[in-house]
Amino acid sequence: MAVVELNNVAKRYPGSGSKGAAANAVDDFNLITRDGEFIVLVGPSGCGKSTTMRMIAGLEANTGGEIRINGRDVSQVAARDRDIAMVFQSYALYPHMTVFDNMAFALKLKKYPGEDIQKRVKEAAEVLGITALLDRKPRALSGGQRQRVALGRAIVRSPQVFLMDEPLSNLDAMLRVDMRAEIIKLHRKLKVTTFYVTHDQTEAMTMGERIVVMKDGRIQQIDTPNTLYHCPANLFVAGFIGTPSMNFLKMTLGQHGMMLTGPTARLLASPERQDLSNHRGQTLWAGIRPEHLRPTDADDCAALLTGEVDVVEPLGAVTMVQMTVDGHRITAQLDGDTRVSIGDTLTLTCDSDQLHLFDTETELALPRTHAMSTTTV
Amino acid sequence: MEPKRSIGLAVVGWLVALIMFFPILWMILTAFKTEQTAFSMTPQFIFSPTLDSFRTALDQGAGYWHYALNSAITSVISTLIGLALAIPAAYAMAFFPSKRTDFTLVWMVSTKFIPAVGVLIPIFLVYKSLGLLDTDAGLIMLFAAMNLPIMVWMVYSYFKDIPRDIVEAADIDGAGTLQTMVQVILPLALPGLASTGLLALIFAWNEAFWSLTMVDHNAATLAPFIASFKSAEGLFWAKMSAASVLTVTPIIVLGWFAQRQMVRGLTFGAVK
Ligand SMILES: Nc1ncnc2c1ncn2[C@@H]1O[C@H](COP(=O)(O)OP(=O)(O)O)[C@@H](O)[C@H]1O
Ligand SMILES: [Mg+2]
Repeated sequence: MAVVELNNVAKRYPGSGSKGAAANAVDDFNLITRDGEFIVLVGPSGCGKSTTMRMIAGLEANTGGEIRINGRDVSQVAARDRDIAMVFQSYALYPHMTVFDNMAFALKLKKYPGEDIQKRVKEAAEVLGITALLDRKPRALSGGQRQRVALGRAIVRSPQVFLMDEPLSNLDAMLRVDMRAEIIKLHRKLKVTTFYVTHDQTEAMTMGERIVVMKDGRIQQIDTPNTLYHCPANLFVAGFIGTPSMNFLKMTLGQHGMMLTGPTARLLASPERQDLSNHRGQTLWAGIRPEHLRPTDADDCAALLTGEVDVVEPLGAVTMVQMTVDGHRITAQLDGDTRVSIGDTLTLTCDSDQLHLFDTETELALPRTHAMSTTTV
Repeated sequence: MEPKRSIGLAVVGWLVALIMFFPILWMILTAFKTEQTAFSMTPQFIFSPTLDSFRTALDQGAGYWHYALNSAITSVISTLIGLALAIPAAYAMAFFPSKRTDFTLVWMVSTKFIPAVGVLIPIFLVYKSLGLLDTDAGLIMLFAAMNLPIMVWMVYSYFKDIPRDIVEAADIDGAGTLQTMVQVILPLALPGLASTGLLALIFAWNEAFWSLTMVDHNAATLAPFIASFKSAEGLFWAKMSAASVLTVTPIIVLGWFAQRQMVRGLTFGAVK
């Protein structure tokens, strides 16, 4: 168990210098975990998640900042001496060793006594339900079984920190959901500080105690899943977290700092938002989640988005509808029994406290007086 | 049309194989002839075989076993030295590549572009002053150096085949460089290492240029043994063929037994 501390950590790969400062694969990464915390790193492919993990593991040297594990600066500590276990996306099992030997490898290197190794491997195998596979070679295992062996190899060591780099992305969808739950269960039991990388925001939301959202090597926001959903710090996080993605419209804030207007759309900002008075007359990005839109037939609402429906996807419990409003693609998640068809003109509305506003220039969220917010940028 | 074409292909295949095999067949046949029959202008396929040439050949010079032993010592030891040098070199290049790795690989192989005779005089003089002429040690060094570029290149490509993740997993599991090498990399690359070793062994065993130039009697291998049958007068084809058969048989038998290993090693993906 451990507290991991990353201060201003940066990584520049050799040969990427010509592109200037933006060529840093990871930049200005700051995070202090709690002991036993489950941290998820999420972001689009190439945003620096693996690089961050590899720096914590010691497979890659950080070119800036410092990494501390339980207060000790590990920059000069080799990967094998950091007492960290890693689960690779490819599983990286030793193909020439049996499952037992794969799991026992690290223990043997540490010269644990034979019975102790037997006991630990058996225990870990039991927890993961792979006792029957101990004599097999990885070649003779299914993807899901290999995944379990990879986890087993990590847990037998009782390391200070677990690192998991997209461990589930090679599994099929059903198995992924099962393993997700299993990893969380395992974490509750072992309480080892864990870094978990995924590019899948659903996985991040369901697993993370805190989620680090990254883009282009930089942290966009570190928060609990709930806060990320309700108070995204910027346009990127707002669009990345939540499925389907948040809808965005470019609109102008009226002179009273309340009404947002586009060519045809109208939206009402929450009356409690005094902070908006500074932005009167400005063009802003307005964001609304699909699940917060609902149809209305009256003209009496202050918030109105009207357009022609061009996609209808009835999913049973809900019906997904897409239309174009003022040139912006709008997705709405409506009740399953809503009657709409393609070509219909539909008017949607939403509550003003579900409205997110972003500066068009900085793309930062205009801060909301939301009690939950503990936003870091 | 399909069967016809494959029959045609088979015929062509057999023909090519026969043309390639014919010299070897002729050598074997000649080895069992008398010098007179061997020399006859009309090729003779039917004759009464004799082991006379073999008997003479075995006693030629210092005797077959003197040369065979030198060949065995120089090719086996040069191969082991070659592997001992190629493995760490390939390890560094495969798992810790630098900007110059590609260049180094190409440069190493480019040393093979120089004809051996181009460096004969300097090497001869160096060997002379170091007292390495006509020694097994001298030949061993030459063979190892001669095979090293191709060995590094081959081992490098087998190491490249091992997923990097696996090496990193061993690192994180607490294995040092030597432990990773011995417990993870070498077992995974074993088929490849075997074929590299076999190839080096064959090259060294069959080497003729240096064996004929740097060696007189003590360290003479089977190549000078065969060459020693050539004489200005008298008939020698049958004896020379017998000596050649005695020379190639061990390596062909070895190659034949190792063939399965070799094929496995040459087919990439043995690891995955
Ligand atoms: N070994 C490397 N050498 C040079 N650039 C690299 C290397 N590994 C990753 N990168 C670059 O660093 C950035 C971050 O990569 P990575 O951490 O693998 O992203 P992620 O895991 O989030 O998909 C990418 O732009 C990638 O091209
Ligand atoms: Mg990655």
